[in-house]
Amino acid sequence: MRPAPAALCLALCLALPATAGEIWVTNERDDTISVIDVETLEVVRTIETGDRPRGITFAKDFSRVYICASDSDTVQVMDPDTGEILHDLPSGEDPEQFVLHPDNRHLYIANEDDAVTTVVDVETRKVVAQINVGIEPEGMAVSPDGKIVITTSETTNMAHWIDTATHTLFANTLVDSRPRHAEFTKGGSELWVSSEIGGTMTVFRVADQSEVAKIGFEIPGVHPDKVQPVGFRFTEDEKTAFVALGPANHVAVVNAETYAVEKYILVGRRVWHMEFSPDRSLLFTTNGVSGDVTVIDVASQEAIRTIKVGRFPWGAAMRP
Amino acid sequence: MRAALVALRVIVAREALRFLGQRGRFLAALVRPLVWLLVFAAGFRAALGLSITPPYQTYITYETYIVPGLCGMILLFNGMQSSLSLVYDREMGSMRLLLTAPQPRWWLLFCKLMAGAVISILQACAFLAIAWLYGIRMPWAGYLWALPALFVAALMLGALGLALSSFIRQLENFAGVMNFVIFPMFFLSSALYPLWKMKEAGRLLHDICAANPFTHAVELIRFALYAEANLPALGWTLAATAAFLALALRGYDPARGLVRRREGG
Repeated sequence: MRPAPAALCLALCLALPATAGEIWVTNERDDTISVIDVETLEVVRTIETGDRPRGITFAKDFSRVYICASDSDTVQVMDPDTGEILHDLPSGEDPEQFVLHPDNRHLYIANEDDAVTTVVDVETRKVVAQINVGIEPEGMAVSPDGKIVITTSETTNMAHWIDTATHTLFANTLVDSRPRHAEFTKGGSELWVSSEIGGTMTVFRVADQSEVAKIGFEIPGVHPDKVQPVGFRFTEDEKTAFVALGPANHVAVVNAETYAVEKYILVGRRVWHMEFSPDRSLLFTTNGVSGDVTVIDVASQEAIRTIKVGRFPWGAAMRP
Repeated sequence: MRAALVALRVIVAREALRFLGQRGRFLAALVRPLVWLLVFAAGFRAALGLSITPPYQTYITYETYIVPGLCGMILLFNGMQSSLSLVYDREMGSMRLLLTAPQPRWWLLFCKLMAGAVISILQACAFLAIAWLYGIRMPWAGYLWALPALFVAALMLGALGLALSSFIRQLENFAGVMNFVIFPMFFLSSALYPLWKMKEAGRLLHDICAANPFTHAVELIRFALYAEANLPALGWTLAATAAFLALALRGYDPARGLVRRREGG
């Protein structure tokens, strides 16, 4: 290659944005997925799904995408390139959220109406186990080492600790009213659980399941009843958590070391879940009632754009 | 040409001196929009769910929304204050001195307008700086874009003040200007509420607001603060400037004699 074209090629390569990738958003009311291009921040594809898609997650190699089609009582497996549904998985009734085990093979699914957590082997497409948990299970999390899975039950107000080796509960911890989401952090040494009606986040030490901290929120000018934490995510360095506050229409920025709330970011109406761009520089929040996705610049902690998607966007997942 | 520039320099310097001499006026000019921003808007922070309209790319607080309108308010009040100072000049006799200077009358009036615009922009910049400290921040390029937009808007409102001053005989009549010009112009515009919100209240109200030149001045400033051009708003503002200037020149034209007739008779 001559020097000039080589330099041009290098310049073009350097000019390519580091944030290429897609955010897949399930639209609960439209029965579709909106695919947002991370570079242009526009919806580039809309894909039909089963009834009432909510939880969404990709296989570890991004060759498959799993979708909780709640009202179809199934987990759909889709080829992300073609948008074709390859097959369904036996999920149990009304699957709402799930989590894919680090072994890339076992899906842990919360069956909201049945008060069970169903374990499905995605290769054999068979139910491996069903674990009785509290009423209306929803939030699902798996520890980085894959040894613990958490189910939160919205009515029992508990986080249920499941041993993945035996598929049995080894602990149940009380949290505030209506726990909706759970995440492990700090290398799996801490578990955070959001309580929607309680309006709090509870932080547990995983080693002994003891409560380490409780985080409350207070937004000036917003009635406390409207502050309902649901989905949340940690930055790559795990020093900051972004917490969706539902009908308060704000995302809270929480210092994950001091557990202090540092800032509130205005987003669309009834924000529930969120997902980072592949390089984690942008955060995409699903705003159910306003039917859009707000893009937050992680470094400046500012909302930079809001993108219209389908009706009642619910879950979000990233594809590089 | 040199004499013309001297006239411009002197008139701007006189206005600046007068402005600096009146610290109270500077404070009053800042306090008014700040009360709106820090007190009035704070109560509406969460109550008013604004939909996303250009130039905004995402949801904004009400405080962010009204900042361009409050810049417009500063320019509006300052434009009217300039007209008040013209009436004062006329009563004190310094206006006669100014208008008999060996320069075309339109140039003298234009200098007066420029002087007022410069003062207005200084006030608006001070307000934007306080808003920045309060946490309402625009992109940096927006502050640069805003300067020409503020200038055009200030010229328009100054020209309106100039035109009005040719019709006002006495200082006491300024209260009338407040009630019949400033308040309707400000409230019947997009300064406090977006036009689509006005549409919800009624078609007629929306149409009046859409026709109000002040709305277009505010929208021009709003887009400029986000480093975007709003050409229709610019066109409207320039057209209104031209119309108000023509009215002012007519008012101050000795041959047509609005001023002479009033002063003489």
